[in-house]
Amino acid sequence: MLYLRLFYEFFKTGLFAIGGGMATIPFLYDMADATGWFTYNDLANMIAVSESTPGPVGVNMATYVGYITGRSVAGVPTAILGAVVATLGLVAPSIIVILIIAAFLKSFRDNRYVDSAFYGLRPASTGLIAAAGISVAVSNLLFTDTLAQGFSLAFFNWKGWLLAAVLWVLTNKVKKTKGLHPIIFILASAVVGVVFSM
Amino acid sequence: MNQLADLFLTFAKVGVMTFGGGYAMLPILQREVVENKHWATEEELVDYFAIGQCTPGVIAVNTATFVGQKLRGTVGGIIATLGVVFPSLVIISLLAGVISAFSHLEWVQHAFGGIRICVCILICNAVVKLYKKAVVDKLTLAVFLLVTLGSYFLPVSPVIFVVVTALIGIAAKNWGVKK
Repeated sequence: MLYLRLFYEFFKTGLFAIGGGMATIPFLYDMADATGWFTYNDLANMIAVSESTPGPVGVNMATYVGYITGRSVAGVPTAILGAVVATLGLVAPSIIVILIIAAFLKSFRDNRYVDSAFYGLRPASTGLIAAAGISVAVSNLLFTDTLAQGFSLAFFNWKGWLLAAVLWVLTNKVKKTKGLHPIIFILASAVVGVVFSM
Repeated sequence: MNQLADLFLTFAKVGVMTFGGGYAMLPILQREVVENKHWATEEELVDYFAIGQCTPGVIAVNTATFVGQKLRGTVGGIIATLGVVFPSLVIISLLAGVISAFSHLEWVQHAFGGIRICVCILICNAVVKLYKKAVVDKLTLAVFLLVTLGSYFLPVSPVIFVVVTALIGIAAKNWGVKK
């Protein structure tokens, strides 16, 4: 049944995604492959919306996926049910784990096994996010729909590369802009996308 | 006001004011939870935050559960968590409806074409930031590279990578595997 599957998939994400919002992304790519509920492009759009709206990114992503998946059943009411089920699935492991840890707070932080597990986990979590980033980049910067349009077009999306280069410089090198909230860059990119038909 | 209702509303407020999650949330929690409500001390909050970062799940949710649990036990933990996710549920449900109503328009598709490029850069920046903290020696560099390639090319669930690398970390630190 769809709602059970939705709860299970997000429970798994909540249990294994460690280190905040972006850490949920690789699990969502895996979910796209395993369930076919949404495409990679849908996912990139959802990331942008989740970054640009209030609330923790991970929670926003769960709500969004739950909504879209539930809507395919019977419109808005099932969409809202889907959003609630996915979000509860995501937070359930947190509640369980934190309530257990709260019982023996100090010994957890000082435990050398916990500490050493994170020594291996942190680079892995970073690598998982990097791989998800490569997937987004490949589907948007390399082939987009140029292949479908024939061989006369370049094999890569040159407008995309240009915008990416400008954004990279603005978010990393220019002092005045690099501290700005991501929503600014997302909105500016939307305008660029419309003006240059990306 | 009933303290459970207060917990729900206060964390709903934190949820609304958190843009992006993670560290962006700490100053808001300091103001609401420590200064306004006196539900936890500054030190406790930093402890909750640190543990929230190294336990499964969304950091904002983990911190809410901690504070709620401290005040009113298990029920408090659950109520605070529901409070923090409530604004997301409302806002995203409304937005998802609006976005899909307009998604067939050509200019909306172009806008998202631009936005997805921006998402690439945001992810890239996040990776660089995490990399600096996570990759500290040859072993962590090897883990990073192998997981990046493995996750990209192999149809393996991220769960497997998380479990295996946690074990590698424990083995390397406790049983003297050479770096």
